[in-house]
Amino acid sequence: MRIDFHAILPELVLAGTALLVLVVDLFVERTKVVANYLAIAGTLAAAGALASLAPGGTRATFGGSFVVDNYALLFKALFLGSLLLVLLMSTRYVSAGTSYQGEFYFLVLSSFVGMLLMPSSRDLLMLFLSLEIVSATGFIVAGFRKGDARSNEGALKFLLIGVLSTAVMLFGMSLVYGFTGSLRLGEIAARLQAVGGEPAAVMSVFLVVTGFAFKVSAAPFHFWAPDTYEGSPVPVAAYLSVASKAAGFAGLLQVTFVAFPSYARYWAPAFAVLAALTMLIGNVVALAQTNIVRLLAYSSVAQAGYMLVPFAVGNSGAPDARSKAFQAVLIYLLYYGVTNLGAFAVVTLVSQRQPANLLADYNGLGRRSPGLAVAMTLFLLSLAGWPPFAGWYAKFVVFQSALGAGQTSLTVLAVFMAVMTVVAFFYYLAVIGRMWLSPPLEEAVAAGVPSPSPLLGLSIALSVAGVIVLGILPGLLVQYAPLSTLVASR
Amino acid sequence: MKWFDSWALTLAVFLPLVGALVLAALPAAMDRLIRVASVVVTFLALLAGVAVLARFDYGAGATMQFEVDRSWIEAIGTRYHLGVDGISLPLLAMSLLLCFLCAVYSTRILPEPGNARSFLALLLVLETGMNGTFAALDLILFFVFWELVLVPMFFIIAVWGGPRRGYASIKFVLYTVIGSVVMLLGFLALWYQSAPQVADRTFDVLALQELGPARFAGTFGTLVFAAIGLGFAVKVPVWPLHTWLPDAHTEAPTVGSVLLAAVLLKMGTYGFVRIALPVLPDAARTWAPTIGVLGTIAIIYGSLCCLAQRDIKRLIAYSSVGHMGFVMLGIATLTTAGINAAVFGMVAHGIITGMLFFLAGSLHDRYHTRDIVEIGGGVASKLPRWAGIFTLSCIASLGLPGLAGFWGEILALLAAWNPAPGLSVPLFRTLAVVGLIGTLLTAGYFLWLLQRVNLGRVPDRWSSKQLGDVAAVEYTAWVPLVLLIVALGFAPRLVLGVTNPAVTGWFANLFR
Repeated sequence: MRIDFHAILPELVLAGTALLVLVVDLFVERTKVVANYLAIAGTLAAAGALASLAPGGTRATFGGSFVVDNYALLFKALFLGSLLLVLLMSTRYVSAGTSYQGEFYFLVLSSFVGMLLMPSSRDLLMLFLSLEIVSATGFIVAGFRKGDARSNEGALKFLLIGVLSTAVMLFGMSLVYGFTGSLRLGEIAARLQAVGGEPAAVMSVFLVVTGFAFKVSAAPFHFWAPDTYEGSPVPVAAYLSVASKAAGFAGLLQVTFVAFPSYARYWAPAFAVLAALTMLIGNVVALAQTNIVRLLAYSSVAQAGYMLVPFAVGNSGAPDARSKAFQAVLIYLLYYGVTNLGAFAVVTLVSQRQPANLLADYNGLGRRSPGLAVAMTLFLLSLAGWPPFAGWYAKFVVFQSALGAGQTSLTVLAVFMAVMTVVAFFYYLAVIGRMWLSPPLEEAVAAGVPSPSPLLGLSIALSVAGVIVLGILPGLLVQYAPLSTLVASR
Repeated sequence: MKWFDSWALTLAVFLPLVGALVLAALPAAMDRLIRVASVVVTFLALLAGVAVLARFDYGAGATMQFEVDRSWIEAIGTRYHLGVDGISLPLLAMSLLLCFLCAVYSTRILPEPGNARSFLALLLVLETGMNGTFAALDLILFFVFWELVLVPMFFIIAVWGGPRRGYASIKFVLYTVIGSVVMLLGFLALWYQSAPQVADRTFDVLALQELGPARFAGTFGTLVFAAIGLGFAVKVPVWPLHTWLPDAHTEAPTVGSVLLAAVLLKMGTYGFVRIALPVLPDAARTWAPTIGVLGTIAIIYGSLCCLAQRDIKRLIAYSSVGHMGFVMLGIATLTTAGINAAVFGMVAHGIITGMLFFLAGSLHDRYHTRDIVEIGGGVASKLPRWAGIFTLSCIASLGLPGLAGFWGEILALLAAWNPAPGLSVPLFRTLAVVGLIGTLLTAGYFLWLLQRVNLGRVPDRWSSKQLGDVAAVEYTAWVPLVLLIVALGFAPRLVLGVTNPAVTGWFANLFR
């Protein structure tokens, strides 16, 4: 078997960088921050390798288990972009907080190697391996603030629920293999059709889906998320809420739309319930939060709920409803990613001086640091879905795909989502209100807000630009690549 | 001038936004320059509007003019489509004028806590949203402009508003958002129903109007009308969705209340006339009695609430509920007369109530209270010129013949006497009679207001205080409105002549 090394070059570069960081860290004593710079350089190199793959068309290697197509490229670009932003956020945050910098960056980079593998994986085994690489390293970085009891608790919860759901998923995969005799997603799809509505087969499909539902923090598998986000270093919370969630969705899209489409009549209604529950819990509980990271955690649970809505369309018979649904999830992920990373970048900066991350820390931010407050306002409005910022278009395509199926139940779901977006407006506006309307606390004035490093400032500015440009001209990204090749080509 | 014809609306809509960016870039210390710049920007936008007024072909009021139709988001088939006809032109002109006057007013008078740069930049963003709503001919574009209005107004109320500004601003946003997301779902439903093939589907208002009667009949149309109508009704506001209005209007700073009352409310009624009625005529006929009844309830309810108010601003806010009730009654008749009356009523209410909120704000600037009892009367001897303008505006608002307020109400009531075929004549005649009683109540509370504020002796606590009468900047901002109140009263043709060709063109065949 010939291996197409070019196809796996981004992963190779990133894995190499991870090891390099670990080794170099052993030999520098004072300037540990060099690990951060190395990681950034490695990320850029991986991005270059990814760019070199872009014009090449579809490539497959390892006997078709690993495929690089438009779908994979798009996700990998999102992951590398997030990684870059997470690293930029970490530069000062991590060097101020821990002496284990090399290890930190090694773990983060390894986790992203798993993410890069995820959208290219086209058999169950590869999917499982990549998911485990993402999670296992995630468990450790989530507990990286070792002295903090909340960090320990968060990481432990993450580990226990994560391992449990992995076990469930693996059990499901083995059953699927038993029924179909194949691990290849495409072959499973063809053979499941022959299996028909065998109850055990249906159950095994649900078991696999459950594993991913944990990863995307869908209710009722979301309990770990707020505690883990709160306990983690803020840059890690950013990566859990964007990159790791996107990886979960990358896998979920593949198992549902590619491997199990013939069972859509079972899983699509289940996703409708899951989406409604996730939106409800995420939005309603977010109303009661007093900690900005927990608020963003519940908001990201709610956002996952919106992203699950198109899955409920999977069973629709309407022409191209399925590829529209698939596309809606992708667009939502991209737009959400840009926005949420920006928001976490601001939180990282503020939390350097006010590590408690209370909402009250944001009182009067508009006066203390107008630039950051403007950026945060834009991010929150975009998360709320206010046009003309990016988030509105993401919500729009989800509404469009739900209504397009022409089923009453999905119309009801869309109306429910509409109500939930109104609830969300309330807590996003509350934070905005704190920033602009409340007078700052005295301690906050004394603590001040650190000015971002030039690079981090640039990346916040880029996120702001992205939120505005993608909101006004959403076509830019949508027209760039035929997003739904994966489903369409099947 | 071909160049101008295709750019005029884009200029009128987006010049303020560009101006907002320029203001944001100026250092806050250059206070004078910032205020002057905002006047210049709104004036330039107004100039574009005046040029549109001058070049508009009034004979062909039913056709869209100054159209721009360019590709915008191809993936969802939405286009950058702007245009004005006889219905939207008066509203666009009113929005441009009032924004300009508000900018002029703000050169001297700025609510606490100051900060001209942010205030005026938000005002300009608001203007882009309002103008865009009146010019957009694509549902999604319309939705974006519609929502764009929300956040600047939220900040204007929340930062520069009165004591209960936090509550009022969030209430305003939540009410509007819940209406507008449901409205968006309605728009999407229209899109799906517009053609079986994805490639042929459209968000274009004009195209949907052509398809409308045939494609959107039955339950589908009725439900979609309810969804879209909810979004519009919150904005109007139709009773019982009005409860955000008294709070928002009362707490907003003067300029904010002026624009809320004069322009923002019209977005809702305009939505009914531009989108809901022509696209879904059958459903409109189903819903018309409901709308008519709710409108009439609003007339009576608004007037009764006015009688119970002590706060001048809150009183004027409730009077808006009543006046918009007349507009909704006019729309509900589904006749050309009724819709003409509605558009006229929108313009007249915009000018008169805008003026009244200016006056209420200026009274508050002088007395530092808006409580009628605390002011205690005698304003006519204390501030004679102010009282003169106030009297004129109040009697215009109560619908005295010869002033602008008269025509919208009387035409709406006349239209209700003869509603469109298929509507229940007894019901609408009852509504007309009840509405007539409403005009009496309106006259009652406005005259009582005049009596309590203007007449009587100046209370001792005020007699020793020096209070300045109308200042130069106030004259500059108010005189155009006063002139319009009189002009529209004597020559309603100024508006009706513009709207009638369009209304006849659009609606004559729909509700036969």
